[in-house]
Amino acid sequence: MASNLRPLSPHLQVYRTMYTMALSILHRATGVALSGSLLLLAAWLLALASGAPCYGWVAALLGSPLGLLVLAGVLAAFWYHFCTGIRHLVFDTGHCLEKRQARLSARVVIVAVVILTGASLLALLHRGGYV
Amino acid sequence: MADFNLPANSRYTEIPGRAHAAPAGATRVKTFQIYRFDPDSGEKPRLDRYQLDLDRCGPMVLDGLIKIKNEVDPTLTFRRSCREGICGSCAMNIDGLNTLACTKSIADIKGDVKIFPLPHMPVVKDLVPDLTNFYAQYAAVQPWLQTRTPPPPDRERLQSKEDQEKVDGPSACILCACCSTSCPSYWWNSDRFLGPAALLASYRWIVDSRDEATAERLDMVSDSFKLYRCHTIMNCTEACPKDLNPARAIAEIKKLLLERQV
Repeated sequence: MASNLRPLSPHLQVYRTMYTMALSILHRATGVALSGSLLLLAAWLLALASGAPCYGWVAALLGSPLGLLVLAGVLAAFWYHFCTGIRHLVFDTGHCLEKRQARLSARVVIVAVVILTGASLLALLHRGGYV
Repeated sequence: MADFNLPANSRYTEIPGRAHAAPAGATRVKTFQIYRFDPDSGEKPRLDRYQLDLDRCGPMVLDGLIKIKNEVDPTLTFRRSCREGICGSCAMNIDGLNTLACTKSIADIKGDVKIFPLPHMPVVKDLVPDLTNFYAQYAAVQPWLQTRTPPPPDRERLQSKEDQEKVDGPSACILCACCSTSCPSYWWNSDRFLGPAALLASYRWIVDSRDEATAERLDMVSDSFKLYRCHTIMNCTEACPKDLNPARAIAEIKKLLLERQV
Protein backbone atom coordinates (compact mmCIF):
# COMPACT_ATOMS: atom_id res chain seq x y z
CA MET A 1 0.00 0.00 0.00
CA ALA A 2 1.31 3.43 -0.90
CA SER A 3 2.61 5.31 2.10
CA ASN A 4 0.39 8.34 1.43
CA LEU A 5 -2.62 6.12 2.11
CA ARG A 6 -1.28 5.16 5.49
CA PRO A 7 -3.13 6.74 8.39
CA LEU A 8 -1.34 9.25 10.58
CA SER A 9 -0.96 8.00 14.14
CA PRO A 10 -2.77 10.14 16.76
CA HIS A 11 -0.62 12.80 18.42
CA LEU A 12 -2.25 15.66 20.37
CA GLN A 13 -5.29 13.41 20.75
CA VAL A 14 -3.40 10.84 22.84
CA TYR A 15 -0.26 12.49 24.21
CA ARG A 16 -0.48 13.34 27.89
CA THR A 17 -0.50 17.09 28.47
CA MET A 18 2.87 17.59 30.09
CA TYR A 19 4.10 20.72 31.86
CA THR A 20 6.68 20.94 29.04
CA MET A 21 4.25 21.45 26.17
CA ALA A 22 1.75 23.41 28.28
CA LEU A 23 4.38 26.00 29.24
CA SER A 24 5.66 26.17 25.67
CA ILE A 25 2.30 26.74 23.97
CA LEU A 26 1.31 29.27 26.65
CA HIS A 27 4.57 31.13 26.02
CA ARG A 28 3.63 31.42 22.37
CA ALA A 29 -0.01 32.28 23.08
CA THR A 30 0.93 35.05 25.52
CA GLY A 31 3.42 36.38 22.97
CA VAL A 32 0.66 36.62 20.36
CA ALA A 33 -1.71 38.17 22.91
CA LEU A 34 0.90 40.78 23.88
CA SER A 35 1.44 41.70 20.23
CA GLY A 36 -2.31 42.10 19.90
CA SER A 37 -2.44 44.22 23.04
CA LEU A 38 -0.18 46.76 21.34
CA LEU A 39 -3.33 47.73 19.40
CA LEU A 40 -4.84 48.78 22.74
CA LEU A 41 -1.81 50.92 23.47
CA ALA A 42 -1.99 52.45 19.98
CA ALA A 43 -5.71 53.20 20.44
CA TRP A 44 -5.01 54.80 23.81
CA LEU A 45 -2.22 56.97 22.33
CA LEU A 46 -4.38 57.97 19.34
CA ALA A 47 -7.16 58.97 21.71
CA LEU A 48 -4.68 60.93 23.80
CA ALA A 49 -3.55 62.86 20.71
CA SER A 50 -7.11 63.48 19.52
CA GLY A 51 -8.20 65.53 22.49
CA ALA A 52 -10.26 65.31 25.62
CA PRO A 53 -13.65 63.97 24.35
CA CYS A 54 -12.07 61.07 22.47
CA TYR A 55 -9.64 60.29 25.31
CA GLY A 56 -12.43 60.36 27.84
CA TRP A 57 -14.38 57.83 25.83
CA VAL A 58 -11.41 55.43 25.48
CA ALA A 59 -10.41 55.91 29.13
CA ALA A 60 -13.97 55.07 30.19
CA LEU A 61 -13.94 51.96 28.00
CA LEU A 62 -10.62 50.74 29.43
CA GLY A 63 -11.77 51.66 32.93
CA SER A 64 -14.97 49.64 32.64
CA PRO A 65 -15.09 46.23 34.38
CA LEU A 66 -14.57 44.47 31.03
CA GLY A 67 -11.74 46.84 30.11
CA LEU A 68 -10.05 46.26 33.45
CA LEU A 69 -10.41 42.51 33.01
CA VAL A 70 -8.73 42.67 29.62
CA LEU A 71 -5.93 44.85 30.99
CA ALA A 72 -5.45 42.45 33.91
CA GLY A 73 -5.18 39.63 31.35
CA VAL A 74 -2.57 41.57 29.41
CA LEU A 75 -0.66 42.11 32.64
CA ALA A 76 -0.73 38.40 33.44
CA ALA A 77 0.31 37.56 29.87
CA PHE A 78 3.20 40.02 30.17
CA TRP A 79 4.52 38.50 33.38
CA TYR A 80 4.11 34.97 32.05
CA HIS A 81 5.96 35.77 28.83
CA PHE A 82 8.60 37.64 30.84
CA CYS A 83 9.23 34.75 33.26
CA THR A 84 9.20 31.94 30.68
CA GLY A 85 11.37 34.18 28.50
CA ILE A 86 13.99 34.26 31.25
CA ARG A 87 13.62 30.49 31.65
CA HIS A 88 14.35 30.05 27.94
CA LEU A 89 17.27 32.47 28.16
CA VAL A 90 18.77 30.25 30.86
CA PHE A 91 18.11 27.16 28.70
CA ASP A 92 19.93 28.85 25.81
CA THR A 93 23.04 29.26 27.96
CA GLY A 94 23.03 25.48 28.42
CA HIS A 95 21.91 25.55 32.06
CA CYS A 96 19.01 23.96 33.96
CA LEU A 97 18.39 21.40 31.21
CA GLU A 98 18.19 18.37 33.48
CA LYS A 99 14.68 16.98 33.92
CA ARG A 100 14.63 17.77 37.63
CA GLN A 101 15.74 21.36 37.02
CA ALA A 102 13.28 21.90 34.15
CA ARG A 103 10.41 20.69 36.35
CA LEU A 104 11.52 22.93 39.20
CA SER A 105 11.95 25.99 36.96
CA ALA A 106 8.45 25.40 35.56
CA ARG A 107 7.04 25.55 39.09
CA VAL A 108 9.11 28.61 39.95
CA VAL A 109 7.79 30.35 36.83
CA ILE A 110 4.15 29.64 37.72
CA VAL A 111 4.57 30.85 41.30
CA ALA A 112 6.46 33.95 40.15
CA VAL A 113 3.77 34.80 37.60
CA VAL A 114 1.02 34.55 40.20
CA ILE A 115 2.93 36.73 42.70
CA LEU A 116 4.08 39.32 40.15
CA THR A 117 0.66 39.59 38.52
CA GLY A 118 -1.14 39.84 41.88
CA ALA A 119 1.25 42.43 43.30
CA SER A 120 1.41 44.62 40.20
CA LEU A 121 -2.36 44.40 39.66
CA LEU A 122 -3.00 45.45 43.25
CA ALA A 123 -0.49 48.30 42.98
CA LEU A 124 -2.01 49.57 39.73
CA LEU A 125 -5.58 49.32 41.00
CA HIS A 126 -4.57 51.15 44.13
CA ARG A 127 -2.87 53.89 42.14
CA GLY A 128 -5.92 54.21 39.89
CA GLY A 129 -8.14 54.64 42.94
CA TYR A 130 -10.05 51.40 42.41
CA VAL A 131 -9.08 49.85 45.74
CA MET B 1 1.23 24.95 8.92
CA ALA B 2 0.51 22.64 11.77
CA ASP B 3 -2.65 20.59 11.46
CA PHE B 4 -3.87 19.77 14.94
CA ASN B 5 -6.59 17.40 13.72
CA LEU B 6 -6.11 13.96 12.27
CA PRO B 7 -6.87 13.50 8.55
CA ALA B 8 -10.22 11.81 7.84
CA ASN B 9 -8.63 8.43 7.09
CA SER B 10 -6.72 8.47 10.37
CA ARG B 11 -9.47 9.03 12.93
CA TYR B 12 -9.87 5.94 15.05
CA THR B 13 -13.17 4.62 16.25
CA GLU B 14 -14.12 2.21 18.96
CA ILE B 15 -16.14 -0.74 17.77
CA PRO B 16 -18.03 -2.15 20.79
CA GLY B 17 -18.23 -5.70 19.43
CA ARG B 18 -14.49 -6.08 19.35
CA ALA B 19 -13.79 -6.53 23.06
CA HIS B 20 -12.00 -9.60 24.34
CA ALA B 21 -13.11 -10.47 27.87
CA ALA B 22 -10.81 -11.88 30.53
CA PRO B 23 -10.91 -15.66 31.04
CA ALA B 24 -13.38 -16.90 33.64
CA GLY B 25 -12.05 -16.92 37.20
CA ALA B 26 -9.61 -14.05 36.61
CA THR B 27 -9.14 -11.98 39.75
CA ARG B 28 -6.70 -9.23 38.74
CA VAL B 29 -8.17 -8.01 35.46
CA LYS B 30 -6.49 -5.23 33.50
CA THR B 31 -7.94 -3.81 30.28
CA PHE B 32 -5.62 -3.00 27.39
CA GLN B 33 -6.97 -0.51 24.84
CA ILE B 34 -4.92 -0.93 21.71
CA TYR B 35 -4.85 1.04 18.44
CA ARG B 36 -5.45 -1.27 15.49
CA PHE B 37 -5.04 -0.62 11.79
CA ASP B 38 -5.17 -3.26 9.09
CA PRO B 39 -3.94 -1.97 5.71
CA ASP B 40 -5.57 -4.89 3.86
CA SER B 41 -9.08 -4.35 5.20
CA GLY B 42 -9.54 -0.84 3.82
CA GLU B 43 -11.13 0.12 7.15
CA LYS B 44 -10.23 3.08 9.32
CA PRO B 45 -8.09 2.60 12.42
CA ARG B 46 -9.97 1.36 15.50
CA LEU B 47 -9.47 0.77 19.20
CA ASP B 48 -9.68 -2.82 20.47
CA ARG B 49 -10.11 -3.85 24.10
CA TYR B 50 -8.43 -6.87 25.63
CA GLN B 51 -8.90 -7.95 29.23
CA LEU B 52 -5.94 -9.78 30.72
CA ASP B 53 -5.56 -11.69 33.96
CA LEU B 54 -2.48 -10.12 35.54
CA ASP B 55 -1.93 -13.26 37.64
CA ARG B 56 -1.16 -15.05 34.40
CA CYS B 57 0.86 -12.34 32.72
CA GLY B 58 4.41 -11.01 32.95
CA PRO B 59 5.00 -7.65 34.64
CA MET B 60 5.77 -5.44 31.64
CA VAL B 61 3.49 -3.94 28.98
CA LEU B 62 5.37 -5.95 26.35
CA ASP B 63 4.54 -9.15 28.28
CA GLY B 64 0.88 -8.18 27.99
CA LEU B 65 1.17 -7.54 24.24
CA ILE B 66 2.93 -10.86 23.67
CA LYS B 67 0.29 -12.66 25.75
CA ILE B 68 -2.47 -11.11 23.65
CA LYS B 69 -0.72 -12.09 20.43
CA ASN B 70 -0.03 -15.64 21.63
CA GLU B 71 -3.31 -16.43 23.33
CA VAL B 72 -6.05 -13.99 22.32
CA ASP B 73 -5.52 -12.31 18.96
CA PRO B 74 -2.64 -13.43 16.70
CA THR B 75 -3.34 -10.59 14.25
CA LEU B 76 -2.04 -7.97 16.71
CA THR B 77 1.13 -6.56 15.14
CA PHE B 78 4.01 -4.82 16.90
CA ARG B 79 7.80 -4.68 16.80
CA ARG B 80 9.81 -6.24 19.59
CA SER B 81 13.13 -7.97 19.98
CA CYS B 82 15.40 -7.80 23.02
CA ARG B 83 12.74 -7.31 25.75
CA GLU B 84 15.34 -5.54 27.92
CA GLY B 85 15.44 -1.94 26.69
CA ILE B 86 18.48 -2.05 24.42
CA CYS B 87 17.11 -2.65 20.91
CA GLY B 88 14.53 0.12 20.82
CA SER B 89 12.07 -1.89 18.73
CA CYS B 90 9.04 -1.78 21.04
CA ALA B 91 8.84 2.02 21.29
CA MET B 92 5.19 3.11 21.42
CA ASN B 93 2.86 5.55 23.12
CA ILE B 94 1.75 3.94 26.39
CA ASP B 95 -0.49 5.70 28.90
CA GLY B 96 -0.01 8.96 26.99
CA LEU B 97 3.79 8.91 26.95
CA ASN B 98 6.34 7.52 24.52
CA THR B 99 8.39 4.72 26.01
CA LEU B 100 9.55 1.15 25.51
CA ALA B 101 6.87 -1.48 26.16
CA CYS B 102 9.51 -3.85 27.55
CA THR B 103 10.66 -1.52 30.33
CA LYS B 104 7.25 -0.05 31.21
CA SER B 105 5.64 -1.82 34.12
CA ILE B 106 1.91 -2.55 33.89
CA ALA B 107 1.62 -1.87 37.63
CA ASP B 108 2.72 1.75 37.07
CA ILE B 109 -0.35 2.47 34.96
CA LYS B 110 -3.56 3.58 36.63
CA GLY B 111 -6.76 2.55 34.87
CA ASP B 112 -6.74 1.02 31.40
CA VAL B 113 -3.49 0.51 29.54
CA LYS B 114 -3.87 2.66 26.43
CA ILE B 115 -1.41 1.84 23.68
CA PHE B 116 -0.93 3.76 20.42
CA PRO B 117 1.82 3.78 17.80
CA LEU B 118 4.50 6.49 18.11
CA PRO B 119 2.64 9.77 17.52
CA HIS B 120 2.29 11.63 14.22
CA MET B 121 3.82 8.89 12.10
CA PRO B 122 2.46 6.98 9.09
CA VAL B 123 1.10 3.67 10.38
CA VAL B 124 2.15 0.51 8.51
CA LYS B 125 0.01 -1.77 10.67
CA ASP B 126 -1.34 -1.65 14.23
CA LEU B 127 1.53 -0.45 16.45
CA VAL B 128 4.13 -0.42 13.67
CA PRO B 129 5.00 3.08 12.41
CA ASP B 130 6.90 3.83 9.20
CA LEU B 131 10.32 5.08 10.38
CA THR B 132 11.78 5.72 6.90
CA ASN B 133 12.00 9.49 7.37
CA PHE B 134 13.40 9.08 10.89
CA TYR B 135 16.21 6.83 9.66
CA ALA B 136 16.91 9.08 6.67
CA GLN B 137 17.37 11.99 9.08
CA TYR B 138 19.79 9.89 11.11
CA ALA B 139 21.75 9.08 7.94
CA ALA B 140 21.74 12.78 6.99
CA VAL B 141 23.90 13.72 10.00
CA GLN B 142 26.55 11.22 8.73
CA PRO B 143 26.90 9.32 12.00
CA TRP B 144 30.41 7.97 11.52
CA LEU B 145 33.96 9.12 12.26
CA GLN B 146 35.30 11.50 9.60
CA THR B 147 38.97 12.44 9.47
CA ARG B 148 41.40 14.41 7.29
CA THR B 149 44.69 13.41 8.87
CA PRO B 150 46.07 9.87 8.46
CA PRO B 151 45.76 7.63 11.51
CA PRO B 152 48.86 7.06 13.64
CA PRO B 153 50.87 4.20 12.09
CA ASP B 154 51.31 2.21 15.28
CA ARG B 155 48.01 2.56 17.16
CA GLU B 156 44.36 3.57 17.01
CA ARG B 157 43.13 7.16 17.25
CA LEU B 158 43.13 7.65 21.00
CA GLN B 159 41.24 10.14 23.12
CA SER B 160 41.42 11.11 26.77
CA LYS B 161 39.06 9.71 29.37
CA GLU B 162 37.46 13.16 29.68
CA ASP B 163 36.88 13.38 25.93
CA GLN B 164 35.39 9.90 25.90
CA GLU B 165 32.99 10.88 28.69
CA LYS B 166 31.59 13.64 26.45
CA VAL B 167 30.34 11.06 23.95
CA ASP B 168 29.37 8.36 26.47
CA GLY B 169 25.85 9.75 26.97
CA PRO B 170 24.85 10.49 23.36
CA SER B 171 26.40 7.16 22.24
CA ALA B 172 23.92 5.29 24.41
CA CYS B 173 21.04 6.31 22.10
CA ILE B 174 19.20 3.23 20.79
CA LEU B 175 17.29 5.10 18.04
CA CYS B 176 13.90 4.05 19.37
CA ALA B 177 12.37 7.37 18.16
CA CYS B 178 10.56 8.01 21.47
CA CYS B 179 12.08 11.50 21.69
CA SER B 180 11.51 12.73 18.14
CA THR B 181 7.91 11.52 18.05
CA SER B 182 7.17 13.17 21.42
CA CYS B 183 8.22 16.59 20.11
CA PRO B 184 5.36 18.86 18.97
CA SER B 185 7.83 20.75 16.77
CA TYR B 186 8.72 17.46 15.08
CA TRP B 187 5.02 16.64 14.67
CA TRP B 188 4.43 19.80 12.65
CA ASN B 189 7.78 20.00 10.82
CA SER B 190 9.28 16.50 10.54
CA ASP B 191 9.82 17.09 6.81
CA ARG B 192 12.38 19.81 7.57
CA PHE B 193 13.27 19.65 11.30
CA LEU B 194 15.82 16.90 12.01
CA GLY B 195 14.30 16.14 15.41
CA PRO B 196 15.96 15.39 18.77
CA ALA B 197 17.28 11.90 17.92
CA ALA B 198 19.16 12.93 14.77
CA LEU B 199 20.45 16.11 16.45
CA LEU B 200 21.66 14.10 19.45
CA ALA B 201 23.52 11.85 17.00
CA SER B 202 24.96 14.90 15.26
CA TYR B 203 26.12 16.29 18.61
CA ARG B 204 27.74 12.96 19.47
CA TRP B 205 30.11 13.41 16.49
CA ILE B 206 30.50 17.18 16.87
CA VAL B 207 31.95 16.78 20.38
CA ASP B 208 34.05 13.70 19.53
CA SER B 209 37.68 14.82 19.87
CA ARG B 210 38.77 12.37 17.14
CA ASP B 211 36.33 13.66 14.52
CA GLU B 212 37.76 16.21 12.07
CA ALA B 213 34.56 17.24 10.27
CA THR B 214 33.22 19.40 13.11
CA ALA B 215 32.91 22.54 10.97
CA GLU B 216 31.04 20.73 8.19
CA ARG B 217 28.74 19.12 10.76
CA LEU B 218 27.93 22.50 12.27
CA ASP B 219 27.38 23.95 8.77
CA MET B 220 24.95 21.13 8.02
CA VAL B 221 22.67 21.73 11.02
CA SER B 222 22.93 25.54 10.92
CA ASP B 223 19.48 26.03 9.44
CA SER B 224 16.32 27.66 10.71
CA PHE B 225 14.42 24.41 10.24
CA LYS B 226 16.93 21.55 10.64
CA LEU B 227 18.07 22.78 14.07
CA TYR B 228 16.20 25.88 15.16
CA ARG B 229 12.72 24.38 15.09
CA CYS B 230 13.75 23.17 18.54
CA HIS B 231 12.06 25.52 21.01
CA THR B 232 13.40 23.71 24.10
CA ILE B 233 10.00 22.27 24.96
CA MET B 234 11.82 19.36 26.69
CA ASN B 235 9.36 16.61 25.72
CA CYS B 236 12.32 14.71 24.22
CA THR B 237 14.28 14.55 27.46
CA GLU B 238 11.13 13.68 29.42
CA ALA B 239 10.39 10.82 27.01
CA CYS B 240 13.84 9.22 26.59
CA PRO B 241 13.66 5.66 28.02
CA LYS B 242 17.47 5.64 28.31
CA ASP B 243 17.52 8.84 30.41
CA LEU B 244 19.53 10.70 27.78
CA ASN B 245 19.21 14.44 27.25
CA PRO B 246 18.63 15.42 23.60
CA ALA B 247 17.49 18.90 24.72
CA ARG B 248 20.88 19.56 26.28
CA ALA B 249 22.68 18.27 23.17
CA ILE B 250 20.66 20.61 20.95
CA ALA B 251 21.31 23.55 23.29
CA GLU B 252 25.03 22.76 23.14
CA ILE B 253 24.96 22.72 19.32
CA LYS B 254 23.24 26.12 19.34
CA LYS B 255 25.93 27.40 21.72
CA LEU B 256 28.74 26.09 19.49
CA LEU B 257 27.18 27.80 16.47
CA LEU B 258 26.97 31.06 18.40
CA GLU B 259 30.54 30.76 19.67
CA ARG B 260 31.73 30.23 16.12
CA GLN B 261 30.23 33.56 15.08
CA VAL B 262 31.81 35.74 17.77
